[in-house]
Amino acid sequence: MVDILGGIAKALQLIVTGDPMLYGIVYRSILFSGAAIVLAALWGTPIAMLLSLKNFRGKTIIKGFFNSLIGIPTVVLGLVLFLIFSNGGPLGFLGLLYTPAAIILGEAILVTPVLISIMVNAIEAVDPDIFTLAKTLGASESQALLAVLKEALNGVLLSNLASFNRAIAELGVALLVGGNIAGLTDVLTTAISRYTARGELDFAIALGIILMVLVFLINMAVILARKAKWVITIWRTPQ
Amino acid sequence: MSALVELNSVTKIYGNKKAVDNVNLQVQEGEILALLGPNGSGKTTLLKILALLEAPTEGTIKFQGELVTEKNAEKMRTQSTLVFQRTLLFDTTVYNNVAYGLKIRKMPRNMIDAEVKKALQLVKLDGFEKRHAKKLSGGEQQRVAIARALVLKTKLLLLDEPTANLDPKNASIIEDAISTLNREYKTTIVMATHNMFQAKSLPQRVALMNEGQITETGAPAEIFGKLSKNLVRFAVLDNTFAGTAEATSAGTIIVDIGNGVQVEVTEQRQGKVSIFVNPQDIILSKHAVESSARNVLKGRVTEIKDLGSIVKLKVDVGKPFTVQVTKRSFNEMELNLGSEVYIAFKASSVQVL
Repeated sequence: MVDILGGIAKALQLIVTGDPMLYGIVYRSILFSGAAIVLAALWGTPIAMLLSLKNFRGKTIIKGFFNSLIGIPTVVLGLVLFLIFSNGGPLGFLGLLYTPAAIILGEAILVTPVLISIMVNAIEAVDPDIFTLAKTLGASESQALLAVLKEALNGVLLSNLASFNRAIAELGVALLVGGNIAGLTDVLTTAISRYTARGELDFAIALGIILMVLVFLINMAVILARKAKWVITIWRTPQ
Repeated sequence: MSALVELNSVTKIYGNKKAVDNVNLQVQEGEILALLGPNGSGKTTLLKILALLEAPTEGTIKFQGELVTEKNAEKMRTQSTLVFQRTLLFDTTVYNNVAYGLKIRKMPRNMIDAEVKKALQLVKLDGFEKRHAKKLSGGEQQRVAIARALVLKTKLLLLDEPTANLDPKNASIIEDAISTLNREYKTTIVMATHNMFQAKSLPQRVALMNEGQITETGAPAEIFGKLSKNLVRFAVLDNTFAGTAEATSAGTIIVDIGNGVQVEVTEQRQGKVSIFVNPQDIILSKHAVESSARNVLKGRVTEIKDLGSIVKLKVDVGKPFTVQVTKRSFNEMELNLGSEVYIAFKASSVQVL
């Protein structure tokens, strides 16, 4: 018990004094997860628009596929990616294993189903005639698509935040393809597991607190995101 | 006058349904043309074709003499705009809604502000810029939709039942805006309507549509003045009935519209006639009330349509009459499907078409 309390006290001290090693881990966590979301949004947004706006054969199956992938165990995905990126694997020649790029790519793949599923729901909730409306007001195809996406802005923001939440809190992918190399590829979750295993509880607790605060802040942002669109609109309307 | 738009043998097929069937139509520059016809007669599809939102299955369209092709449709589309029957707004402020098309056209910000202001004045929504469009009343929302279209000052303005489902106050604001636009900017307007009243007063020309075809075109006086055989087919329209007229000793006529329903009318006609009663001119009550109205008919409520501030009811008195009451009256009268009611209207409210 004394150990735990002492650990918490030291953890708070590390947080307050701005320990460089501690904040290096936090920085990498946010950077890798953020980059993963950008990547996932780049390929996920067009797929989500296609799935929600166009009708084609097999659409339901593809939507179901992404939906069921939301719950994929991160360790399993980490293992699959490890096998692909390892020297003997099909992409081994890229030399990505145990690099930040591998973590970013892996987490982007991990969150893609979350991103697409939430975004598809949001876009499908938009009145289908909005597209035609934009066109009759002079918009080109792509401008009309953008108008639809804007109508779904709350859901689009939500999909990105939920994806970020999943990426920053996951362990399996970062551990297996990142290798948990101190100062290079270790992130909040992997570092917690390392320090705990080593018995350096103060570091583990400090990182745990920060991770919890981050996740809490993200979820607060999710709640605010529902109102964000209106705030942005008011802000951009001329006085 | 020269033709702004020209449809040549235009047919539109959805699946195996011919929505528009071999239509030839010239819309003259500067005119207001009304497409009059029952629901499902192809008015909306024809408007979408005129707006270049739907390509015809067969036939050609010329806009200002130039043939519309797949290639130039997107550019030509900016010369016209369509206001949908169902009010459709972007989930944002009134300003952003009205400014949308101007932003697309890359108009400078200060000019957009001025144009939006003017357009809102025209539909009597001055100062509504910062309001959330979707939080306005139904009538105000439709006025925003109208402002969003007329701010563009397109050569051609297409309106699909612009005042359907609106109370008289909102409807007249929109009708005023439409005629101002036509008068001051010479905007060519094509509007679909199944409101006889509107078709009679606003447009310079009326085209009757039925089953995807234009059956007759002409000035309102021509179309409504004579007993058009096509109009009789329109008996499916709200409160339009065909019947036989006989003179009374009181100097009025009694029109027998079938099923034992007789309507007294203050006009001198004999033989076969078509009559129309504006739903707004009908008084609804739960008991027979003594009044100056010559026509009092007893019936049952067969349909209730909630349209926001007003409620549209179908009352079967032997023939189905459409009646329009405010939501408040409707609630106070505690009406339900099957409720026994009386409808009353003056002999002078009946129009002989």
